[in-house]
Amino acid sequence: MFKILQYSFYDLIRSRWSYVYFLFYLVLGLALLFLNNSVSKSVITLMNIIIVLTPMIGTIFGVMYFYSSREFTELLLAQPIKRTTIFIGQYLGVSLSLSLSLVLGLGIPFTIYGLWQSSELANFGLLLASGTFLTFIFVAISANIALLNENRIKGFGYAILIWLFLAVIYDGLFLISLVVFEDYPLDKLALVATALNPIDLSRILILLKLDISALLGYTGAVFQKFFGTNAGMIVSFFILLVWTLIPTLFIRRIAVKKDF
Amino acid sequence: MSNCRVILMLFFTSTYSFHVLGNSIEVCKSCQFTTIKQALGHANAHDTIRVYKGIYEEYNLEVNKPMVMLGINVPTIDGKEQGTIINITADSVVIDGFQIENVGLSYTKDYAAIHVYKSRHFNIKNNILKKVFFGLLIEKSHDGQVRNNEVSSDAKEEFNSGNGIHLWHCSNIEVTGNTLFRLRDGIYFEFVSESTISHNVSYNNVRYGLHFMFSNNDNYYDNEFHDNGAGVAVMFSKFINMKRNKFYQNWGTASFGLLLKEIYDAEIENNIFEENTIGIHIEGSTRINYVHNQFNQNGWAVKFAGGCYANVFYQNNFISNSFDVSYNSKLNDNRFEENYWSSYTGYDLNKDDIGDVPYRPVKLFSYVVNRTPESIVLLRSLFIDILNFSEKVSPVFTPDNLIDDSPKMKAFND
Repeated sequence: MFKILQYSFYDLIRSRWSYVYFLFYLVLGLALLFLNNSVSKSVITLMNIIIVLTPMIGTIFGVMYFYSSREFTELLLAQPIKRTTIFIGQYLGVSLSLSLSLVLGLGIPFTIYGLWQSSELANFGLLLASGTFLTFIFVAISANIALLNENRIKGFGYAILIWLFLAVIYDGLFLISLVVFEDYPLDKLALVATALNPIDLSRILILLKLDISALLGYTGAVFQKFFGTNAGMIVSFFILLVWTLIPTLFIRRIAVKKDF
Repeated sequence: MSNCRVILMLFFTSTYSFHVLGNSIEVCKSCQFTTIKQALGHANAHDTIRVYKGIYEEYNLEVNKPMVMLGINVPTIDGKEQGTIINITADSVVIDGFQIENVGLSYTKDYAAIHVYKSRHFNIKNNILKKVFFGLLIEKSHDGQVRNNEVSSDAKEEFNSGNGIHLWHCSNIEVTGNTLFRLRDGIYFEFVSESTISHNVSYNNVRYGLHFMFSNNDNYYDNEFHDNGAGVAVMFSKFINMKRNKFYQNWGTASFGLLLKEIYDAEIENNIFEENTIGIHIEGSTRINYVHNQFNQNGWAVKFAGGCYANVFYQNNFISNSFDVSYNSKLNDNRFEENYWSSYTGYDLNKDDIGDVPYRPVKLFSYVVNRTPESIVLLRSLFIDILNFSEKVSPVFTPDNLIDDSPKMKAFND
């Protein structure tokens, strides 16, 4: 598996897209720090971008990779290698190269700007950690879609739809249910609904660490009580981990059964 | 003739000054009096008690004659947590240059470092009050001054801490240049009229930096309030002027820059509200003019909570607030004119520095949050941005007359 991972990884980090993605974050980080002139303000702005962008790039890139490397996959399948090894290796290769672009692209400008001496180090770390988790989650989901759909157009459509659902539509439904059931105590519902969506979960995790959490008022206090503690942190990372593992296990299942 | 005049003048001035200043009594370890209490017992009206550097472990000092208490090189009066340290019940008392500490806590009595009761023309200045319960407790007094004092304590909870400068039923008091921190309320006014609070700094207090109720015709100039548990609260008062004050860094779930409740006919000008959860929270307040204020990076710059009529916002800067204005009803009787809004995206074709498209400061999300507070957890999600954008294009939910018809293109510089 390591060989496959290594191959996918090197293949990808040599490709143009990885460079573009890396350069995008690099420029973004530098521009933000140049304009804001403060690490903490930049972390807030960055959060907005990471929450939307990493899932989207993960989805599109994942689907693209699995479709375009199909012939190579078929070649590999002809060799005496375990199927799970091939697909999980490819999956990890894609996710790792994307995460590397993210971590390096943002890490370099922030390091230059004195992140290590800044009090925002933990928040920045949390930001990168959730960005990485989101990448892994959405690449896994898109890998599933690519493996399940022979038709590329359909596959792309589904992948974008899933991203759209989790990034936008889910919040819409969430908001509607909050407004409809406003006569009832909603804190628990809000808590559960947030935890179930990896994008919302990452957003809240980062928000609670920033000054802006004071805006969240009473509901924020309930959230702070849950997520703010170490136990809450562990629970939320556990949820993100589950979100990563389930699609990965699905990749395995599909890979074993799929008829090429 | 001119000689005669000079002599006459000298005579009058000397008797006059003798009469006012009285004798001088000195207190120190090697003086005739070694405690302030002895000195107070021997002093006549209009005497000056000069207390030299040292530590005096005394409390319940009764000042019942007009006199000057002068601390030379900041002597310390240590109350040993026994109760009120200096109790002033006479007119024309000056207390200058002391360090007064360890007042002691009580759940039934309002112990204070300096307690002023039914006094006129008092002047309390240049004192350092440390570890107080109440710092200065001034009741039913008039025409006094409180200047350049530093009052601090180690308050942690509201129920067992007191206020820095507490005024009750007073008038014509000037509170200037004081520094107040780690108390319950920095400055507390109740039934105080025609008074001025200026150049004070109040921070890190458990509850409010400044708290005043039922206090009419007062002026507040050039004060700074920051990092207080709940900011500044102004309630049930009329005819107030608040100018050039700075309210900043009041972050917390229950924190305001400024809380206005039942305020009528006030002028709020040239103040700076920066990085507060809520810049100004307005409730039941009418005929208030907000002019040239600066709202920077607050959660809510201005939050209306109902019953606010005929307020005018004229030429204020609203820069990078999460919500500029939050409003809880569909009716609006308040006016916004010529303000600068950093989130304004309109254009100015005729280059007169006034945007050609009206600005709507109330976002749909702030309307939703008002209805369903729990929905605030969706703050900064992509869906909310889309929602706000669509409401901006075609407003349905936000009050349609709550607009700034003449938004400025450039921020005002003060």
